[in-house]
Amino acid sequence: MRDVAVVAFAQTDHMAEDSGLSEVELLAPVIHEIKERTGLQRFGFTCSGSCDYLAGAPFSFVSALDAVGAWPPISESHVEMDAAWALYEAWVRLQHGDVDTALVYGFGKSSQGDLRQIMTLQLDPYYLAPLGPDQVSLAALQAQAYLRRSGAKEDDLRAVATRSRAAGRANPRVPDLPEPAADDPYEIAPLRTYDIAPITDGAAAIVLAAGERARELCDRPAWIRGIDHRADAHALGARDLSRAESARLAGERAGATAATSAAAAAGIEVAELHAQFSHEELMLREALELGDDVTVNPSGGALAANPVMATGLIRIGEAAARVFDGTARRALAHAASGPCLQQNLVCVLEGAVDG
Amino acid sequence: MPSDDVNHVLEFPGGYTRSVGPVIGRFLTELRDARLVGVRTTGGRVLVPPTEYDPADGGPVTDEYVEVGPAGTVETWCWVPRPRPGHPLSRPFAWALIRLDGADTALLHALDLGDFEPGAPPPRTLATGLRVRPKWRADRTGGVRDIEYFRPDVTMINDPSRAEYRLRPGRALGRFLEGIAEGRFLGHRCHVCGKVYVPMKGMCPADGVPTTEEVEVPDTGTITTYAVNNIPDPRAPDVPFVSAYILLDGADIAMVALVAGVPADQVRMGMRVKAVWRPREEWGPTMQNIKWFEPTGEPDVPFDEIRDYL
Repeated sequence: MRDVAVVAFAQTDHMAEDSGLSEVELLAPVIHEIKERTGLQRFGFTCSGSCDYLAGAPFSFVSALDAVGAWPPISESHVEMDAAWALYEAWVRLQHGDVDTALVYGFGKSSQGDLRQIMTLQLDPYYLAPLGPDQVSLAALQAQAYLRRSGAKEDDLRAVATRSRAAGRANPRVPDLPEPAADDPYEIAPLRTYDIAPITDGAAAIVLAAGERARELCDRPAWIRGIDHRADAHALGARDLSRAESARLAGERAGATAATSAAAAAGIEVAELHAQFSHEELMLREALELGDDVTVNPSGGALAANPVMATGLIRIGEAAARVFDGTARRALAHAASGPCLQQNLVCVLEGAVDG
Repeated sequence: MPSDDVNHVLEFPGGYTRSVGPVIGRFLTELRDARLVGVRTTGGRVLVPPTEYDPADGGPVTDEYVEVGPAGTVETWCWVPRPRPGHPLSRPFAWALIRLDGADTALLHALDLGDFEPGAPPPRTLATGLRVRPKWRADRTGGVRDIEYFRPDVTMINDPSRAEYRLRPGRALGRFLEGIAEGRFLGHRCHVCGKVYVPMKGMCPADGVPTTEEVEVPDTGTITTYAVNNIPDPRAPDVPFVSAYILLDGADIAMVALVAGVPADQVRMGMRVKAVWRPREEWGPTMQNIKWFEPTGEPDVPFDEIRDYL
């Protein structure tokens, strides 16, 4: 395996309302910033993650290339997923050995549509989509299954939301959200309004580099020590909704848990988890064996700001930023896709002892 | 979320035509005939709704279809207090993963639990393990909405009961109600034990002797014990309400009455109370002259002074 590191991360000031900027206008300053930061104008590979249904237009990602500058033609790809999966593709591409740098970005404006309805369009068209279950209803089914199996209470969910929002208020990139109140109403029981990620517009970009190139571009690269993604059964009724089994497996394969490395060696200090609902954080902590000594979502996580299609990539960026600034030697980033934590990506990042 | 200001719509005119294939097609065809079937995997499990592959290993399923249900069990649920456009019901309802009898996987569908106000909290009957059955649509077309929703098994009926009487109070109670009609509490003192009974029955239940000595007691007293009621009563339609044993001053037996003018969670044993009477022009020979008892604000009576009257 080729050593590949995150060497730069940039993100927008995420917005709770439509600022009037188009997707490409959101993205352009982020791409500009990361080019400035790395001094790179061209990349060996470029890969993005976005969703046509969010933009309301087919092949909407093509126009986003205007922000990158794609002439003369560049080597480029796109995933109709969170850009964390674009980063995975870029990591695989760098393993080929013929290119040394990759630009990864993701963007989304969920303010301009009805996100809960748009997410229904991703469901299977035979058994689920015709019934019309929305994204929050499906998450609430999983929350109930988890609470019943684990014995966790709604107060435990509120504690996650309270901590996430407090961390978010300390993060200048995300809008301020008030402290949750115990009597905030149910949106879909057992989930209350504060258990649900806010609607947010935004974009983010990461630069990956391999080997020596990474050391040239960054004082303290965040080396990818393991990265893996796994999916659960497609049908919600064919799996145990109370457990994030594919997250557990991805964590194990990425070397995040004791199953693949001695518990002490796993040594995760900070974890950025793509939990769009309070219970998902608790389920992911369990699946990824994160103890109370691990700082979870110091950025505030998705419960503080959720620019859909960039949120997972931002988790990798925020985890890498903790390595860049020396607050963590080893950090875990997680991204999720699909209803009820259906697909999960885990990335373990590490600052080398010798820098 | 856009509402009135929608200026762009993404829609495939007339809907998208999809082939369903033999496995999903079999399920939907049976559904149109109001039957539920699953498909058996090579490992013997029954998948409902059926898929062409076994989710456990991705291998093909057998061509054996098994009738399941129609009854099933709720595996997990969530409660929708305010349904959205596109939801199958416009009143509060639940989503549930339902494992139909004979199946090894669960089907997602709506679960109707009756009439609720918008915003209602989840009803207590909604629980994992609830037994449910489908409500079939009359005009079925071969889609998952051929089932309108699931609904719980019948576990209770409502049994109306009513009988009519012509009751008379009897001599002693009649005399008591004459006093009430004048705004007075009358009782009898037993000449053997000296206890004062309000209302009186015309005899001492302790000594078994007739009582005739009439005494009047005031409309103030002490709560000896009480209950917080959460089921509405025609006499107290708003819940929670408090019914209490009240020992009128000078009486030796407590009477049951409503307590108001104080939050239910602040009623105490030993609390001092006074009767609240309806307007005098509404009085008759009935206990309805008294609306309820209210706290007087006097200090509570120590428990030792009421312990013998509980």
